[in-house]
This record gives sequence, structure tokens and C-alpha cells, in this order.
Amino acid sequence: MNTALSFAPVVAERDVEVISRPSLSYWRDAWIRLKANRRALVSLYIVIALGVFTVFGPLFVPSASIQDLDQISSPPGADRSAFIVPPYVPWSGVTVNVRDAQGPLEAPGSMTLVGEATTQAVRMFWDPVPGAHGYRVYRNIAHPAPDDALGMPLADVLNPSRVSFEDRLDIKPGEYFYSVVPLDMNGVEAPVYTTLDVRAIRVITADEAVKRGLAESVADLAVGDEVKLKLHVLGTDYLGRDMLSRLMHGARVSLFIGIVAPFLFILVGILYGSAAGFVGGRVDQVLMRFADFVVALPFLLFMILFRILFKIEGGDSGIAPMLIAMVILSWPAAARLVRGQILQIREEGYISASRLLGAKTPYLVLRHMIPNTMGVILVTITFAVPSAIFTEAFLSFIGMGVAPPTPSWGSMCNEGLKTMLTHPHELIFPALFISITVLAFNLLGDGLRDALDARMRSQE
Amino acid sequence: MIRYTVIRLIQGVITVWFIATATFFAMHAVPGDPLMNDKAISEEIRRNLEAQYGLDKPLPVQYVIYIGNMLKGDFGISFAQENRSVNDIIREHFPVSAILGILAITFAGLGGILFGALTARYRNKMPDIVIMFLVILGISVPSFVFAALGQFALVNLNAFFGTSILPVAGWGTLSHMIAPSLVLGLGTMAFLTRLMRSSMLEIVSSDYVRTARSKGLPTTRIFLRHELRNAILPVVTVLGPSIAAITTGGFVVELVFAIPGLGRYFVQAVQQLDYTVIMGTTVFYGAFLVFMVIVVDLLYGLIDPRVRLE
Repeated sequence: MNTALSFAPVVAERDVEVISRPSLSYWRDAWIRLKANRRALVSLYIVIALGVFTVFGPLFVPSASIQDLDQISSPPGADRSAFIVPPYVPWSGVTVNVRDAQGPLEAPGSMTLVGEATTQAVRMFWDPVPGAHGYRVYRNIAHPAPDDALGMPLADVLNPSRVSFEDRLDIKPGEYFYSVVPLDMNGVEAPVYTTLDVRAIRVITADEAVKRGLAESVADLAVGDEVKLKLHVLGTDYLGRDMLSRLMHGARVSLFIGIVAPFLFILVGILYGSAAGFVGGRVDQVLMRFADFVVALPFLLFMILFRILFKIEGGDSGIAPMLIAMVILSWPAAARLVRGQILQIREEGYISASRLLGAKTPYLVLRHMIPNTMGVILVTITFAVPSAIFTEAFLSFIGMGVAPPTPSWGSMCNEGLKTMLTHPHELIFPALFISITVLAFNLLGDGLRDALDARMRSQE
Repeated sequence: MIRYTVIRLIQGVITVWFIATATFFAMHAVPGDPLMNDKAISEEIRRNLEAQYGLDKPLPVQYVIYIGNMLKGDFGISFAQENRSVNDIIREHFPVSAILGILAITFAGLGGILFGALTARYRNKMPDIVIMFLVILGISVPSFVFAALGQFALVNLNAFFGTSILPVAGWGTLSHMIAPSLVLGLGTMAFLTRLMRSSMLEIVSSDYVRTARSKGLPTTRIFLRHELRNAILPVVTVLGPSIAAITTGGFVVELVFAIPGLGRYFVQAVQQLDYTVIMGTTVFYGAFLVFMVIVVDLLYGLIDPRVRLE
């Protein structure tokens, strides 16, 4: 037999192993999983939108500290019209001849509004009360009826023949209830009163309107004309500052802290945790025991202490102290997590293989260990953002956060709380922004966890 | 078990000492001192005051004295509130915070377990969807917003009925406690619900539940004996940290509802740099939290015999 023929070389078959699908890298796979999760994807869009809102928003709105004193605490969509009136002219008032009388004082028979009630002045007179030695005038924004809540005492009219009053004290457009109480010869109030219900309209003089940039020139305006005040899309706060603009500038503070703080403390945690995990033994024991102690520190108490420790000078915003305090107190959780991961990865086959090929320790850590913990770390960052935003908001809320006038969502909530009952929009908007941001990061974190970490995959 | 307890307690004591030391030096590093809050005082008076409070001694000496007193259970006298010892302040105001915290954690725990079990049972049905939506809301809304909204709701409720159904603020009777503790527990309840739900879902599909079902055991028995008892474990684990979150979170609720708890005193003391009150409250809170975590860990061993405490 011809042995040469028996052992003819086999023709190499080229298509034995065809990879029918492109191989997926870890990150591509994660991205595909994330895209399939609708909630996470929507959250991602919200986070991106918030980023745009924060970075570019403040470029298009006026400064957050400009005050519009005509519109204080005005909710969004409030009536912005103002009517042109002539400049203020003093009013001589109403005087009558009074009869003297004995016996208990009665309430004034009726009260009458003079002219129109405007934000410039509200003028009124009332029927004289026989025997009264004077009158006290009150103003309230609610009807005094059930509890005799007359409101704020405006003035004592101590001339018995004068039965009129002119109110020019900080009148806002809206309803007011003026009450008049007669006073006896000792200046003591009688237990009776008469109330006048008044609806003040916003007015402005032509000069003022031009000065505020609401009209071109005085010549264009006639008495009775209507002008529109400046538009504040989301209304104004208690100092007349534009809410939208403050929310945007506040977002820079809140999101900056919310994102940079977790980033920094997780960086510290990675370094610390990977050092502990990799070196192991006694060093690991000591390092982790120290981390345990830091975890045991009462978090908020120490945040407040640290916040004071880095004393804020006048004009500082107080962002840096808060960041430093958060990093000092928050790194151990991340360190623990990274250490656990490193301990696990250290035993993996590819590490031994790499070591056999002569890889040095720094290379092993940087090339193999840290990239392989990246998924878990990313998820941790995403979940750390909401808690950092909460911490900032909490501290600013109790007045220990950023210093005014720097806006942050937390400090805006704090300010809004004071006027919650009368102007809820000042609380609702910043609270809404905090909630939406936290919600988006939470849902995104859920999605990332499902996509990146098979072991932590939640049961949904 | 005893060995474990002893080791944990020793570790706890070291932790508390660490907290005390960190607080002491952090506090003294703050520029200024408690005597600066008063009106300008002459150099002589100032020196006398410093001598009286021991502030004239070097810091390490002050530290040793303080730790010595602390070991004897004496937290010193407040700087800002004349003649009031820190022990008195804690004795008077901590019970208020504690009652608030206990009510809140009870509410959070019971609610979390109940709603978690409910959502798992009706997975992807209406109750699940509604509750989980509320849970996400509960996790995402800061506690002070809840507090504010809660008060707003109370005002309207009282106005609607014309009488005071529940007081809007203050402290004293049981009716004062309901609203603040509900508000305080809400966030934790949302978190626990979520945890309970995923833990329950895992248990429901486990082998021993299937076995129990195939044995023909009644559903309620399976639910109580097999599912609930096992699913509760992770909830118990996070109870320790949750207590920490609730006690410190109490600050805000105490602030908004005008409750005379310890949290308010702490914030005030920090602003006035009232050394002794800061130290006292921090160490006390720290010890309390460390102790609670140990208790919860020990409880865990009792509930789950599989956990070997070592």
C-alpha cells in the first residue's frame, strides 16, 4: 500500500466553527438589558433631562436673587394684570359731628368703601357710634366670623369725630376684611365690631410701569389701562424671586452634591476596600475594624458637627463643607462592598492565570479586579445619589446646609414650609423636584442592578 | 452564644468610646467656645468661667476628665441652659423621642410586613401595583415633605369636621403621637415593604412551600408557619439600621410638629456650641444605636436557628 496516499493531508475546513452571533461584551449586554427595562429607560431619560435642566437652564433665566417686589409669593398662573392709576394723592378723610351718649357702645352701623380698593390705598368710612371716644381698625385676610379673629390691628383713630381710615400698608391683590371696633373713654375696646369685605386690585402708576420695563413710555399709558407684570412661569417665592430660576440654580447645588459626593466617597471606598481586600490578613482586620467604627458614628449628628467644623465665612455657599463631611462619613459602606468583591475575585481562575503569566500586583488590581467590580460599584453610586440628595435636603431643611441666599432644593423646601398654608407652591415645587430626582435614580438603580449584576437581580 | 454576646458587647463599648473621642475632638476643633455666645464679658470673668468649667486646662487633660466623668455616668452641666445637667436633659427629653421612635418603628415594621406579604400574594395584580406605586413614592419623598403634608392634611381634616380630631402640633397625649409617628415611619415602611415583598416571592417558590402545599396543608397554615416566618428574616436584619434611621430622622418630625424631643436639643446645642450637651447627646445616641444593633443581631439568632452566632 502506498502509505503516502493513506496519510494525505486533510483539507482544512474553514467553516467548522462559525460564530453565528456577534459576541457581546459585558457592557453591551448590560445596555441591551437596560434598554429592555422600560421603567429604567424612562428614568434614564429623566436623569438626562435633569442634567440639561441643571447645566443649561440657568443660562436662560435671570439670576436667582433678583426680586420682583410686585409679585411676592405669587403662585404660577396668578393674575398678572395691573391697572394704571394716577400718582397717590393724600386723602382728607371723613369727619362728622358726634353725639355723646351713655351706656354700652354699639357696633358701627355700616362701613363704606370710598372709591375703589387698590393696592395703592384702601379708603373707608363708617357710621359714627354715639359715645365712642375713638376707633381701632383691624385687617384680616380671612373672615373674622367664627372666632372673632379680627387680624392685625392697623391703627387707632383717637379723634371721635373722625370716622374714616386709609390703609396703605403693604396691600396685595386679593380679599381683605377690615373691622372697626369702637373704643371707650379709657381707650378700651367694646366687644362689638363691624366688618367690611374688600377686594383689592393691583394698580401701578404710569411712571412705575415704565421704570419696571412694563411699558415703553409714560405717553403710551392712560389711567385705566391694563399692563401685564413680568411673567414668572412657576411663580415667585416669599421674597419675590423667580421660582423657576431658583429651582434651576438650586438644582446645580443639590445635584452637584448628590452626584459628586457619592462619586468621591465611593472612590475613597474603592481605594480603601481594594487595599484591605488585596493585602488581607492583619492589615485587612485593622482597616475593616476602623471602617466599622466610622459606620457606627451617628451620621446626621456628625454631619451637623462637621458642617460647623468647617466654618462658613460670609458669602460662602457652604457646599464644600457638606461635601467633605459626606465623604468622611460615607466611605465605609463602599469600602466594605469593594473589599467583599475583591476577596471573591481574588480567588478566581483568571487572576491565577494572570499571576502565572507574571502580572504584578498593581496591574492585577487595576486591570482585573477593579474593572470586574465596576458593575456593583455603578449600582452603588446610583443608589447613593438619592441618599446624598436627601442628606443635603435634610441639612438645608434644618438650616444646617447651604447658606442663604444660595438656593438648594432643601433650603427652598425649608423656606416654603413657612408659607405652606397660604402659598403651597413654594413648598410643592422644590419637593416635587427632589422626589422626581430621587425616584428616577432609584428606578435607574433597580434597572442597572438587574442589568449589571446577575446575583443581585431583584424579583420583579 | 454567651461568648458571642460578650464579644459583641466589648466591641460595642469600644465603638462608643471611639464615638466619644471623635466627637470630643471634632467639637473642640470648631472655632470658638460656648462662652462666646454671651454678651461681651471681661477678661477676668471669662477666666473665672473657664476655670469653673475646666476649659482652662489643656485639651488632653479635659479629655481624660470628661471620659472619667462619663464612665461614672455624669455628662456634666449644660453651658447654655443654666444649672441644667445633661443627664436631666436626656432623662427628660429622650423618652419623648423614644416613644415617637418606638411607635414609628412598630408602625413601619407591621405595615411593611403586612403590605409586603400582600403584594407578594397578589403579585402583578391590582393590590400589588397600587401598593408598589405608593412604596416608590414613599421612598422618594423626603420625610420633611411628608411631615408638612401631614400637618396640612390635619389642618384640613380638623377644619372639615369643625373640631380638633387630631392635634396639629405639640406633645402630651396619645392623640399627639399618632400623626408624627405615622409620618416618621412612612419612609421605613416603604423600604420594608419592598424588602418583604422580594423575600416573600423567593420563599413562595421554594421547595418546602411546594412540599407543604402538596401535603395538603391549609393555606393559612402554610402562610403563617412556612412563608411568613421565613420571609420575615431579612426584615429583622435591617431593623437595627432602621432604628438608627428613625431615631435620627426624628429631628425633622420633632421640628415640624414642635415635639420636645432630644433631636431638637442637639441641633440647638450644636448652634450654641454647648460642649457638654453635644457630647452627652451624641454619646448617648451612639450607645443606644450600637446597643440596638447588637440586640437585633442576637434576636436574629433566636428567630433563625440556622444562624450560628460566632
